[in-house]
Amino acid sequence: MRKIFLFISVLLIAAALMAAPLKVAFIYVAPVGDGGWSTMHNEGRLHLERVFGDQVVTDFIESVPEGAEAEAVFRGYAQRGYDLIFGTSFGYMDSMVKVSQAFPDSTFMHCSGYMTTDNLGTYFGRMYEPRFLSGLIAGAMTKTNIIGYVAAYPIPEVIRGINAFAMGVQYVNPEAKVHVVWSNTWFDPAREKEAAESLLDVGADLITQHQDSPAPQQAAEDRGALSIGYNSDMSAFAPNAFLAAPVWNWGPFYEYVVRNVIEGTWTNEQYWGGIKDGVVDIFVSDLVPDGVAKLVMSMREAIVQGLLHPFDGPVYDQTGALRYAEGEKPTDAELLSMDWFVDNVVGKIQ
Amino acid sequence: MNNIESFILSTLSATVRAGTPLLFAVLGTIFTERSGVMNLGLEGFMLIGAIGGFVASYQTSSLLAAILVAMLAGAILGLVHAFFTVTLRVNQIVSGLAITMLGTGLSGLWGKDYIGVIARRFEPIKIPVLSEIPYVGQILFSHDLLVYISFIMVPLMWVFIYKTRPGLTLRAVGESPDTADAKGINVFAVRYFYTILGGSITAIGGAYLSLAYNSMWIENMTAGRGWIAIALVLFATWDPAKALIGAYLFGGITALGLRLQAVGAHISPDFLKMLPYLLTIAVLFFTSTDTLKRKVGAPASLGVPYSREERT
Repeated sequence: MRKIFLFISVLLIAAALMAAPLKVAFIYVAPVGDGGWSTMHNEGRLHLERVFGDQVVTDFIESVPEGAEAEAVFRGYAQRGYDLIFGTSFGYMDSMVKVSQAFPDSTFMHCSGYMTTDNLGTYFGRMYEPRFLSGLIAGAMTKTNIIGYVAAYPIPEVIRGINAFAMGVQYVNPEAKVHVVWSNTWFDPAREKEAAESLLDVGADLITQHQDSPAPQQAAEDRGALSIGYNSDMSAFAPNAFLAAPVWNWGPFYEYVVRNVIEGTWTNEQYWGGIKDGVVDIFVSDLVPDGVAKLVMSMREAIVQGLLHPFDGPVYDQTGALRYAEGEKPTDAELLSMDWFVDNVVGKIQ
Repeated sequence: MNNIESFILSTLSATVRAGTPLLFAVLGTIFTERSGVMNLGLEGFMLIGAIGGFVASYQTSSLLAAILVAMLAGAILGLVHAFFTVTLRVNQIVSGLAITMLGTGLSGLWGKDYIGVIARRFEPIKIPVLSEIPYVGQILFSHDLLVYISFIMVPLMWVFIYKTRPGLTLRAVGESPDTADAKGINVFAVRYFYTILGGSITAIGGAYLSLAYNSMWIENMTAGRGWIAIALVLFATWDPAKALIGAYLFGGITALGLRLQAVGAHISPDFLKMLPYLLTIAVLFFTSTDTLKRKVGAPASLGVPYSREERT
């Protein structure tokens, strides 16, 4: 009796191994329903399930704090034999480096980081491209020429976004200024809203944000102003204010990574995709007039074709110094370490 | 000049808005601690109030139901705290910290399906006549209903605590439970009652964030206000009137910090964000000794579980 059982189990295991699907895990820093950053990564995971069907098995853990706890989560997945593990927050970097070295058979991908190992790659999106496009809308739509920008922390990613947005504003409206308020938080909607209120109080008639919650959008809606969101369509929170949002779209990229891992062509590259790769894009709502929407779409096309870069010179900084002359543009390294504001930004990098 | 005037007015108006969630939390906790039960679980009470109120508003579209559910959620958590501290006489600090974790976890679990949706919320109501008063109208009388309720609660609570018989009973239980017991007061019942009542009022502070400031639920959306409020209770020396000053002082720092940035003034937001905590540390420092504790008016039996058997 026992032998028969053993035989059957061996058969089952063998069968399972032959059709072994690729086991893919995702670790999120916030709940999947945060309506922003983590939701968009989870959409990418669902995209994998749709595209690959039985070829992949996916799993995720949400609300994993950065730090020691994260390391245990990565280790847990690697120990359970997950082939491909995505970490989607900057603060997972040290944990991922450590765990990837301990588990050379698994492949690790870290979003927004800069450290790689033999089996750890990084990936991120050129969010500054759609930020530039949303700046075009803001510049065209503002009447007071004061645009408010609620920003989380003065780190290069956020500064780059503000500058790209300001370049877009400048492109269509040299008079308008972008006022920046740092909230110094990623998860305090009351404070984010108060930051937006403070900008509206100094005359801003359009609010945009580098925050995950829709609180600044609600502030704009309450005061009859306009708004540009972030991450996803936030119109539910500001039906009369929401014009557009630079959005993430991870599906195609995750598909590309899984395909590479299955086919054995994966490398530990540092991937930085733009609109043409489908990782980022701009969402434009019906509140944007046709003429403006057309302009945005033609500029989008120019970016995709490589005819236009949001930081095409001349670019001046706040002190009036010329950063990039006509015909010049920043390198990726310069973009990744940006720590200055362009000349039409009002605010200070603390 | 006009610009400066509107800057000051809008900052003061925002001060009231930013101070209100703190004010509710501090007022509720003054009730609890006046009875001799220390409460460090404010963050938990506020979070459970925030999600309870939000869910009720989302489901029923009734703001009255929202506030009642928020208060009920706070009351249940208060009952748990009272059971552990009054009946089981466990360490009140430990119980309070456990309540923080319980409230954080429960609210996250309860709120899973309510992220990314909006619910009916408290809209600003300009009070006729009063809101027309120059300056004062814009600062004080252009807010939502919960703000006005907090205005009324402060003097009512002050009169209740210092000028009424039940207030005297409350203070007696907090100051000297032995004496109160000897006079026939049921110390356990009083502590239960005020821990539950205090919890439900603290929960309104959380509901203010999810139902008035914004209309949304996000995990941990209190973002540390519960901890600031704990310090404010000390700062206020368990006096509702000083609670108002403390809450608005802290609210004002937030409002001013953000507004200075909006006009491009060079002031470090890190520094401003740190200020409330610096003040907290200063207050803690100055109230850390027993003699001082007595002088500033802390209930003498605060933090000490009461037991009839151990009565001397």
